[in-house]
Amino acid sequence: MAIDEGLKSELRKAGVFVTTVEDLYNWGRKNSIWPLQFGLACCAIEMIAAACSRYDMARFGAEVFRPSPRQADLMIVAGTVTKKMAPLAVRLYNQMPEPKYVIAMGACAISGGPFKEGYNVLKGIDRYIPVDVHIPGCPPRPEALLDALITLQKRIEQDHLTGKHRLRAYDKEQKAEWPVPEYGEHDLEPPSNPDVWKPEPMKRPEAK
Amino acid sequence: METVDQIKDRIEAALPGVRLAIEGKSLVVDRQHLLDVARFLKTDSELAMDYVSNLCAMDWLPSQIKTRECDREVVRNLPGHLEVVYDFYSTAKKHGPVQLRCRTEGREGTPSLPSITPLFRGAEFQEREAFDLYGIRFEGHPDLRRILMWDGFKDFPMRKDYRPPDDYEWEPTPHDEVLQQTKKHWPAPPPAPVKPA
Amino acid sequence: MIQPLTMPEQGYTLTPKEDAIETQMLEVSMGPHHPSTHGVFRMDVVLDGEEVRRLKPVLGYLHRNHEQLAEKMNWLGSIPFTDRLDYFCSMTNNWAYCLAVEQLAGIKVPERAEYIRVIMAELTRLQNHSCQAGFLLSDTGAWGTPLLYAFREREKILDLFEAASGARMMCNYMRFGGVRADVDDDWLAAARKVVENYPCFIDELEALITGNEILLARTQKIGILPRELAINASITGPMLRASGVDYDIRKVDRYGIYGRLDFRVPLGEVGDVYDRYYVRILEMRESVKILQQALRDIPEGPSDAGVKMRNFKVPVGDGYGRIEGPKGELGFYLVSDGSTRPYRYHVRAPSFINLTILEDMCVGHKLADAMVILGSVDIVLGEVDR
Repeated sequence: MAIDEGLKSELRKAGVFVTTVEDLYNWGRKNSIWPLQFGLACCAIEMIAAACSRYDMARFGAEVFRPSPRQADLMIVAGTVTKKMAPLAVRLYNQMPEPKYVIAMGACAISGGPFKEGYNVLKGIDRYIPVDVHIPGCPPRPEALLDALITLQKRIEQDHLTGKHRLRAYDKEQKAEWPVPEYGEHDLEPPSNPDVWKPEPMKRPEAK
Repeated sequence: METVDQIKDRIEAALPGVRLAIEGKSLVVDRQHLLDVARFLKTDSELAMDYVSNLCAMDWLPSQIKTRECDREVVRNLPGHLEVVYDFYSTAKKHGPVQLRCRTEGREGTPSLPSITPLFRGAEFQEREAFDLYGIRFEGHPDLRRILMWDGFKDFPMRKDYRPPDDYEWEPTPHDEVLQQTKKHWPAPPPAPVKPA
Repeated sequence: MIQPLTMPEQGYTLTPKEDAIETQMLEVSMGPHHPSTHGVFRMDVVLDGEEVRRLKPVLGYLHRNHEQLAEKMNWLGSIPFTDRLDYFCSMTNNWAYCLAVEQLAGIKVPERAEYIRVIMAELTRLQNHSCQAGFLLSDTGAWGTPLLYAFREREKILDLFEAASGARMMCNYMRFGGVRADVDDDWLAAARKVVENYPCFIDELEALITGNEILLARTQKIGILPRELAINASITGPMLRASGVDYDIRKVDRYGIYGRLDFRVPLGEVGDVYDRYYVRILEMRESVKILQQALRDIPEGPSDAGVKMRNFKVPVGDGYGRIEGPKGELGFYLVSDGSTRPYRYHVRAPSFINLTILEDMCVGHKLADAMVILGSVDIVLGEVDR
């Protein structure tokens, strides 16, 4: 339930700070995002650079890189997800506690990028898990990662605890686990999760 | 360092029964004598090739060579084969390389070659890689398993006739091979309703 | 009675040591998601108590099919992909590939381009080795701090790369017969300043860690690699030299202008983790010397040989070109059938082959030491798996 902005500012003048549980909860979460220390490839180095002195992700409250998925709430998929790695990436995502978010960092994590034609390269992590923020670039600069983090913070601000669009964690009908693909004889099985990812139908040029 | 011809002559003199061919800068050795030649290169005091730098597998599809002999065209059929190239260097004498080539019999299934891992540890992972991607079975390798792909994988993806699984998503401008593949899998959008005239 | 561990599928049996303490063999899979495996690398470790009895590296979690992709595209198109092999050292990767193609096609590189290449390669070596020291210290437990110092310095070098090539990490800078863009005097002045200040940073890093009691205890006599095994297992780079083998391709092949430059090759005595760390520190000091000479003597002139890149073709043949990368011998074996794309394109990746003897070095040590030994090998998974 939103509070009238005018009333809020009037009260603030009188020294009373009014907020909702939802706002307070979101405010706390957005300023203390704990990313999973999950470096896959080249982009991981830029992720480390973003955490180091010059770019200093600590300014946005997200410097506590956790090695364990159980303590993290943001997964930065930093680099190429190969087919050999994809089941493990999904499993790590499953192990993270709700509410959780995913940033697909770099062209490879979004679509396979320059390695898209490879036989062992997954054409985008969004085939198996839902992605919240995509960062283009190969690799994206640390500034781009910071921008994605701020974008994510804005998103977290707008999360709801109740109502139709409430968080997945508070919705009992939403499933908590994503199916983990298995190694097949020629490819992963299944090659994508239809609940998460639906390819656009091919548009054929019409004959004139 | 000696020239390729000198090395060839010395090897053939030292190892009876070994016949080498010279192709470009490299010596071509048959499967039975690969280990003997490699051991000679390693132990010979003049060469002292103690270090195998590079091991590279290759796939040659069956091909035809057309040449002109006495005003008529001769077509020779070359059978397909897999080939492994070894680059030997010497850290003691600081010279090299000596390049060896060894070819398999055909390229069906997993043809075999002798492993040089018992002589050179450095070939261990490289031979496993060649097995994984090309399907060359190295006889005598201590631990020949797939190294890059997962264990249940059935194909040899670096072979020239390998077809990757069709998992391309929709492309804005599909063309050539991709278009043919895409047509097979992705459905076209439902036809637009015909407007009454 | 102590039960031996039998793994029928893998085909081995291990019996625990007969001593007073009853222990049990334990198989642990470390990775591919592990903070100290430097990426997506997995080790299947069999432990007796805390002691490593068996260790099998499992690779391929970053196998991006670099070789097959390169065989599908033209000669020039592979250069950006070589950047992503060893993503710390894109400049040296470019150079190795260009060198192999130049040898095959018989292209002569102008003098100024050779100097620029040496400057870029040595700057790459500086930033790679400093980051490696930082990561090694992270593995011993000094979480973060030395890495922050190393990355501070790395950013300065990346600024130079960015000014010259337009990209921080993936420089895509070298071309067949030269470099893509010439550097101007401002850039050279900036590079001189970075190089001038670099010894101060090395001193700072050394003051922080070299004599540190904990570092000495964690690295000395750990993971000893004997000289003979190092040669036999094709180990290259600082790891080989730490075992006391005087083999530096810059000295052996004298590619580029290295034959004219004055520098020494530092060697280790014991071949343990400490030697590997310290050889890298000494190599950085030699790199600074090389950079000073190259920046002093760089001539005027064209920065590329004017090779037409469009429809670039290489005469039929095959060739192996190699350089001394920061991690070891980086070679490219190329086969050309005379068309616009290579028939076979093979990367001899140093960190892939340096992993061969990981088990030999780790067996008998504690599990915590195995991480330090892995750190001292200095792997980058983009290059291990390709």
